[in-house]
Amino acid sequence: MAKYFQPEIETAPLETIREIQNERLINTVNRVYNNVELYRERMNAAGVKPEDIRSIDDLHKLPFTYKQDLRDTYPYGMMAVPMSEVVELHASSGTTGKQIVVGYTENDLKSWADICARQLYAVGADENDYVHVAYGYGLFTGGFGLHIGAKRIGATTIPVSSGNTPRQITILKDFGSTVLCCTPSYALYIGETLEQMGLTPDDISLKAGIFGAEPWTEGMRKDIEKKLGLKAYDIYGLTEVMGPGVAFECEEQSGMHVNEDHFIVEIIDPDTGEVLPVGEEGEIVFTCITKEAFPILRYRTRDIGVLSREKCSCGRTFIKMSKPRGRTDDMLIIRGVNVFPSQIETVLTQQGYSANYQLIVDRVNNTDTLDVRVEMSADVFSDTVRNISKKEYELKEALKSLLGLSAKVTLVEPQSIERSTGKAVRVIDKRKLHD
Amino acid sequence: MTINQLSIFIENKEGKLADLTSTLAKENIDIRAMSVADTQDFGILRLIVSDTDRAIAALKETGCIVSVTQVLAISISDTPGSLSTVLRILSDNHISVEYVYAFITRRQEGAYVVFRVADNQAAAELLTKHGVKLATKDDIDAL
Ligand SMILES: [Zn+2]
Repeated sequence: MAKYFQPEIETAPLETIREIQNERLINTVNRVYNNVELYRERMNAAGVKPEDIRSIDDLHKLPFTYKQDLRDTYPYGMMAVPMSEVVELHASSGTTGKQIVVGYTENDLKSWADICARQLYAVGADENDYVHVAYGYGLFTGGFGLHIGAKRIGATTIPVSSGNTPRQITILKDFGSTVLCCTPSYALYIGETLEQMGLTPDDISLKAGIFGAEPWTEGMRKDIEKKLGLKAYDIYGLTEVMGPGVAFECEEQSGMHVNEDHFIVEIIDPDTGEVLPVGEEGEIVFTCITKEAFPILRYRTRDIGVLSREKCSCGRTFIKMSKPRGRTDDMLIIRGVNVFPSQIETVLTQQGYSANYQLIVDRVNNTDTLDVRVEMSADVFSDTVRNISKKEYELKEALKSLLGLSAKVTLVEPQSIERSTGKAVRVIDKRKLHD
Repeated sequence: MTINQLSIFIENKEGKLADLTSTLAKENIDIRAMSVADTQDFGILRLIVSDTDRAIAALKETGCIVSVTQVLAISISDTPGSLSTVLRILSDNHISVEYVYAFITRRQEGAYVVFRVADNQAAAELLTKHGVKLATKDDIDAL
């Protein structure tokens, strides 16, 4: 079995990747300047002409693109080709405000299939595998991205979509699915349901899982791997940039290789917009350099992460990005302290709790309160109140040292926190009700 | 020497106990003994049932966290005052009792007392040495 889907590019020397990026960036900037009004106006306002961009070293001269820009140009204002060349549309859920619409040409779909195929090869899949896609199909990009990737490698593709968990398990068993694709929270839920149905990972044939579309932790990875008997890999992507597959994890399971022949990644200081050196933590920014229909420049993802150029044992030369610590949108400010739900998740899983939790933030007498509701796990449970209270105390102390503030901990029964077949709801911020 | 006790995590919410017992009733599992330890937010339900394995399977299917704890049980019907005697023996020998509860049966032997100690082996040997008869799994199953 081949290790790489496109070895010539996945293992290309850095100089080759640079050359490809230079050429494709120049080309993209010319196209958007000519075809997308928003970019022409922005570049003119910044005094930047397409000819000022001669290599990726000039990238910082280009204006940023914000999610709001995509809303303002809804539905087709960002398309760089005539709509007659657009063969498929997808849209983001638009949980906060108006949704955004993205388009793909035939070539864009081919690129998308390629990058998802690279991910599948990286987890050890090939044409002999049964790829079970339990991401939602429809306007959401999750389902179709992995779907076309799986077909690209010639695997047997099973488009289950999300939901109806007992049926997912029947299909896993009967169809012999070997690779599962869905959100990590749904993977965990499938694992729990398997257990409840009195089955074990030996009753199914999964060997790998490709999980993305929401932040998750190493603790959750271990939990999923144990419950489903597979190796769990992270995949990164955004609808605005392409969909799943922008970056993918390899056998190392230590960060995701960015598909640098399609996207240029930068890390910036979210406050000043200044580009930060590789290795520093900041906001992740992407520029699409092959997309025809919806090429965006310097897109502010609001995800916080770190890049690394260190040599990877898998042989791929693409730069690696860390698991994003969380979105700046998801960041909570509690009594002036910045808190990412993923930080709390790390503490919970380290202490043996499940990754099924919810953070309830409220304001009582002008003071912020945090209630961490977490489901009891077999690891923490004991037949004596004394032991459980001791563990509860240890958890509170660990949260206190992480957050610098006291949180309330509420232990709840398994299955009592609502499950999601897509992205989990981690935070309920009741303070907004008072504002 | 020891008997099986089910320990189940429950939230202090209305109807939780009823849900659990009806799960067991549906499976025709008899509850021989029950005790609840609770705090402000949660409780631990301790049960001795007629069929431990089936009870675990049924409870797990509803998503419960359930574990099996080995506990000691003694019959105290024919030797009045034996409970205090037993407790005295244990405390004199520095064996602390985590929790204790009693249950009565329809049979002649009457009441049983369940003990949870850290070291079952040590406690059992000690009690046997003092002539206290421990209930076996078979004794409980025969109830
Ligand atoms: Zn690698």
